[in-house]
Amino acid sequence: MINPIENLNKLFDSRIRLGIMSALMVNADVSFNGLKELLDITDGNLASHLKTLEENTIIKVQKGFIGRKTNTTYLVTKAGEKAFKAHLEALEKMIRSTK
Amino acid sequence: MSEQQQSLADLQHIKKMMERSSRFISLSGLSGVAAGTCALVGAAIAYPYVYGRKDIFINADTGYQLAMAGSYRVIMYSWLFWIAAFTFSAAVISAFIFTYIKSKKENIPLWGTTAKRLLINVAIPLIVGGLFLVKLIQSNDIGLIAPASLIFYGLALVNASKYSLNELRYLGYGQLILAIINLKFVGYGFYFWAIGFGVLHIVYGTIMWLKYDRHNNG
Repeated sequence: MINPIENLNKLFDSRIRLGIMSALMVNADVSFNGLKELLDITDGNLASHLKTLEENTIIKVQKGFIGRKTNTTYLVTKAGEKAFKAHLEALEKMIRSTK
Repeated sequence: MSEQQQSLADLQHIKKMMERSSRFISLSGLSGVAAGTCALVGAAIAYPYVYGRKDIFINADTGYQLAMAGSYRVIMYSWLFWIAAFTFSAAVISAFIFTYIKSKKENIPLWGTTAKRLLINVAIPLIVGGLFLVKLIQSNDIGLIAPASLIFYGLALVNASKYSLNELRYLGYGQLILAIINLKFVGYGFYFWAIGFGVLHIVYGTIMWLKYDRHNNG
């Protein structure tokens, strides 16, 4: 029997990471504060999830400035997009399979 | 929770996050009802001024002077302008209050990128429309004021639906249809205005409240 959970990506096994990926899939880029406001979590919590996703080349960071203020934005990478879409497909398959 | 239920929950969470990060969806249905009610009350107060029973100018001498001169300042001396201004302010404030309450209940921050983007995109047609209306008043083209305001507002709503609730589109269509019909019956702008800004908002607000907010008691 095909293992239904084998295609689910462990990297996305967290509500917060699902939220981050969802936001990055529908927006060209999102700022750190934008993500924080969307997910309602602390700086540290968000930073640690973002770091893991970045280390796995799922997302990339852009550090810039608005005048003198630092502005960090995040984008999904091509690989990250592919991985997340595969994860979504696997989720849908899970729902349809054991009906 | 079974694996299957977890997957479904995850997908729903993803969809909600995607929507929330790109649209401002905190608008409360009650905001529509409140705005519509303010509009109807304003219309009731304005009725005698529109249909000539009361003097339209606060100070008749200055008013007529300014009107003859074609000056835009004539607006400041007309009762209708102030009634409209108060009605508009009351509608906006009451609409804001209900949306504020709803966003507090749902724990979604009211102000943010999505709210800002919605406001900018709504402001553009409204500001331009406002300038156009001023010119209409100045040129004494009173009959076109109601349809023009319905048109600009309807277009603003259709645009807003991209950055907020999809259903705003239909409220926008309603205003546009009323405006087009009004163009055939130019003297009755007041009634079309009352239907568009009053009745339609109450209907829309009620439908939206029943559809989304009732379970929240929001």
